[in-house]
Amino acid sequence: MANKILVVDDEPNIVLSLEFLMKHAGFQVRTASDGEAALTAIAAEPPDLVLLDVMMPRKNGYEVCQAIRANPDWKAIRIIMLTAKGREVEREKGLALGADDYITKPFSTQEVVERVRELLTGTD
Amino acid sequence: MLGDSVIIASALAYMGALFGIAYYGDQRADVGRSIIANPYIYTLSLAIYCTAWTFYGSVGLAATSGVDYLPVYLGPTLMAILLWFVLRRIVRIAKVHRITTIADFVASRYGKSGLLAGMVTVIVVFGILPYISIQLKAIATSFSLLRQYPMVTMATASAQQPFWTDTTFFVALVLIVFAILFGTRHIDNTERHEGMVAAVAFESLFKLVAFVLVGVVVTFVTFDGPADLFKQAATQPELAALMRFDVVPGGYGGWLSLTFLSMMAFLFLPRQFQVLVIENVDETHIRKAIWLFPLYLFAINLFVLPIALGGRLVFDQGSVDADMYVLALPMAEQMPSLALLAFLGGLSAAISMILFETVTLSTMVCNDVVMPILLRANPPWLASRSDLSGLLLSIRRVGIAALILLGYLYFRFIGESYALVTSGLISFAAAAQFAPPILIGLYWKRANRLGALVGLSGGFLVWAYTLLLPAMARSGWIATGFVEHGPFGLELLKPYALFGLSEMDPYMHAVFWSMLVNISGLVFGSILGRPDAIEQVQGSQFVNVFERERHDGDSLLWRGMVETTDLYELLARFLGPQRASDAFDRYARDYHNYPLQADSRLIHYTERLLAGAIGAASARVMISSIVMGEVLSIEEVMTILDESTQVIEYSRRLEQQSRELEAASVELREANNRLRKLDQLKDEFISTVTHELRTPLTSIRAFSEILLTNPDMDVEQRTQFLGIIVKESERLTRLINQVLDMAKIDSGQIEWYTEDIDLRALIEDAVAATSQLFRDKAVTLHQELGHQPVTIRGDHDRLTQVVINLLSNAVKFCPEQTGEIIIRLRPTLTHWRLEVNDNGPGIAHDQHKLVFEKFHQVSDSHSGKPKGTGLGLPISQKIVEHHRGRIWVESEPGQGAVFIVELPMVEPPDPV
Repeated sequence: MANKILVVDDEPNIVLSLEFLMKHAGFQVRTASDGEAALTAIAAEPPDLVLLDVMMPRKNGYEVCQAIRANPDWKAIRIIMLTAKGREVEREKGLALGADDYITKPFSTQEVVERVRELLTGTD
Repeated sequence: MLGDSVIIASALAYMGALFGIAYYGDQRADVGRSIIANPYIYTLSLAIYCTAWTFYGSVGLAATSGVDYLPVYLGPTLMAILLWFVLRRIVRIAKVHRITTIADFVASRYGKSGLLAGMVTVIVVFGILPYISIQLKAIATSFSLLRQYPMVTMATASAQQPFWTDTTFFVALVLIVFAILFGTRHIDNTERHEGMVAAVAFESLFKLVAFVLVGVVVTFVTFDGPADLFKQAATQPELAALMRFDVVPGGYGGWLSLTFLSMMAFLFLPRQFQVLVIENVDETHIRKAIWLFPLYLFAINLFVLPIALGGRLVFDQGSVDADMYVLALPMAEQMPSLALLAFLGGLSAAISMILFETVTLSTMVCNDVVMPILLRANPPWLASRSDLSGLLLSIRRVGIAALILLGYLYFRFIGESYALVTSGLISFAAAAQFAPPILIGLYWKRANRLGALVGLSGGFLVWAYTLLLPAMARSGWIATGFVEHGPFGLELLKPYALFGLSEMDPYMHAVFWSMLVNISGLVFGSILGRPDAIEQVQGSQFVNVFERERHDGDSLLWRGMVETTDLYELLARFLGPQRASDAFDRYARDYHNYPLQADSRLIHYTERLLAGAIGAASARVMISSIVMGEVLSIEEVMTILDESTQVIEYSRRLEQQSRELEAASVELREANNRLRKLDQLKDEFISTVTHELRTPLTSIRAFSEILLTNPDMDVEQRTQFLGIIVKESERLTRLINQVLDMAKIDSGQIEWYTEDIDLRALIEDAVAATSQLFRDKAVTLHQELGHQPVTIRGDHDRLTQVVINLLSNAVKFCPEQTGEIIIRLRPTLTHWRLEVNDNGPGIAHDQHKLVFEKFHQVSDSHSGKPKGTGLGLPISQKIVEHHRGRIWVESEPGQGAVFIVELPMVEPPDPV
């Protein structure tokens, strides 16, 4: 059965591109455009992996990441943070909050797909 | 109409008002808002110098001896000139050492000597009784005169009545109650009596007004102005003589001695010392008092001679006591209210004196006589009591009562045969005995305890022999023979003519001999006596008070060991547990903690607190009774002191330098903070710009790669993705341009092309440029721009940029199809006003300012609104501001938004 992926970003075009990429790679994709919508979607049906943007209205990526990690039921969910902020501290902060990986925008489409696959095969 | 009840009721009402003032003053002081902390109140409180003696007695003296009354006011006036040098020094010392009374001051100066403190107290008690008695006498006499109204007759002397029918006695009783209520509410004396000072200041004002009013009425109502008064007086030879200066008994020598006496009394009468020194809030107040107080004296003396002459002219010789002219003249004028006012003025003058004098004296009696004796004897009932603060208060209350009653006895048995001024001067001469030990002690380091003891006791004995004993003799308590012929017939020892010195008046005679004995005793005693360590330390601290701000000296003297709890218990015994623990808490706060084994600093701290309650001498005795350990030798102390003088000099220079360094480092730190803040702002800006640039770039890259790796994509999707790439590229371009614009504006590098432009045409151009946006979303635009060209001066392209920005923002937030935008241009009085009104979601109030900040976006991702760069409005704002205009938004959420730009109609000339 195909892995489920949730794409979270407030930029519709970026969501569109990621959605296309993930579907093309054979995953089942849902999308959300802000932090709260993301948490609602997760609560409705926990995905295997979340592609999570940092700078978003109504709960940023860090807060969403924290909320996911605070819930033991969602322990299995993998998280990849996406950010356009290029500073090293952002990366460290994301990893410290429990993200599994961290990708800087603009990203290589190939790399995103590879990292998602890596994380998902690591768990199965 | 002036029955007893009216007089008594108004007197009581007046005293009640005083008490109210004092109560209010204390309350304000308790909450830290002193009402007496200003130089005018301070000056008024000094006028406690003017007692009933001044109010009634000056006139009495002037009526018999003319200008003889003047030296008593000349003295303080002269003294005022010296106050800045002498008084400031005393005030500083008193503050540093927590001095509570004049006795405490003398004792502290001479090695915290209990013996000296006791001696000063005894002198003061003896010396001051005549003075208290004349206040009682003045109140009683004025009362019995006033109750005769409308008759003006003197009542019979009260000594001829039994005391239970004597008004003076009841006056004394009332005053006892009043003084106790007033003066013994707190125990720690270094807490000033702020309320009492406030009351005294009020009284000073009151008695001045009352006296001047009487003077004005006598001069201008009873007589026809000063010219008339003096002309009438000049016709009578004996009155004319009063206006000349040769009437003073003892001639100019008498003047000199009286002036000297009053100079000393002004400083050293216990109540004067209290208001001048102990109650002083701020040394700088002295500066104003120096000229203001003589002014007060001048004002209250202005009408003395007119009233005196008036009284002599109006009343038959001897029918009315000249001391009572101030009261009798308004009565003779049939002016009951003025008479009542005069009575209250005199009452006021007497009350303030009695109040302060007895409260101060009772403190001295308690601290310097009763407590030392009690503590030395240490009876079992005392030793078992752990809290003595209540006992201290009781002793003081009994002291107040005793002093006033003694004053009454003096009045009954001695004073009544004297005029007010005569008794007062006896007190002055007693107070003058403190001048040598204090003044010389301030400047001469070597003056020591032995000298002070010898000088004081000698001076006191001479005073008693030459003034007090003759006074008793005159009242019939001792045979007068020894006054006229000397004791045992020894002519050389006649009290008024010691060793044949018979040419002087009694006061000058007494002053001469007592000062001679006092000063030479002090000088020779000091030269012969060998001071111990503590005397040396105290002497050096008093003399160098301004040079040695850090009085570490006497804490050096404690080198012994004592448990901190013992110190605490000692303090609690005298101050009560509450105040003691407050004090220790304060210490812990200031020095971060207190040690279990008290160090010299804590011991010294406790000693000073204790000194505030029981005087320096007793405090020292109490402390040394619990501190075990060695006492330093003189040599050790002097070495330490000498060293510390040098060290102090060095450390003062170091302190100066480190202050400068500290100031410099504060400046540096501030500059650094500013830089860091700027750096942080720049950092945030770059981070935000980076984010904004990378976001479109991400879409561009992602879709480019998708297109590249999926050549077999269907056309529709390919077109959609390519469209996105184009749109995001445009967004990127726009963003880069705007960031550059912003940077240029911020750094001032932008070039402005200012010319005459037609604002209306400009708006139409902008509308044309954005017409595609309107068509895309099917938004309707209404233009209300008028039909005339609107000429302003400005930069055409930049202003176009502003209008385009506002229009595209409006479109962006309008709903599709139903969107409606109104663009309006109209004049106000001074400006052209451009409004862009949309029917979008509106903007919350807290966002109205924020939308003009860089990269702030009011975006709602749910509604999928296209995003701007976050720089459009900030740039527009900069442009409008450059044109000396204003841009803002008015909006209610849900009701659309109006962006408004106002540009001035006539561009003022550019500042160069």
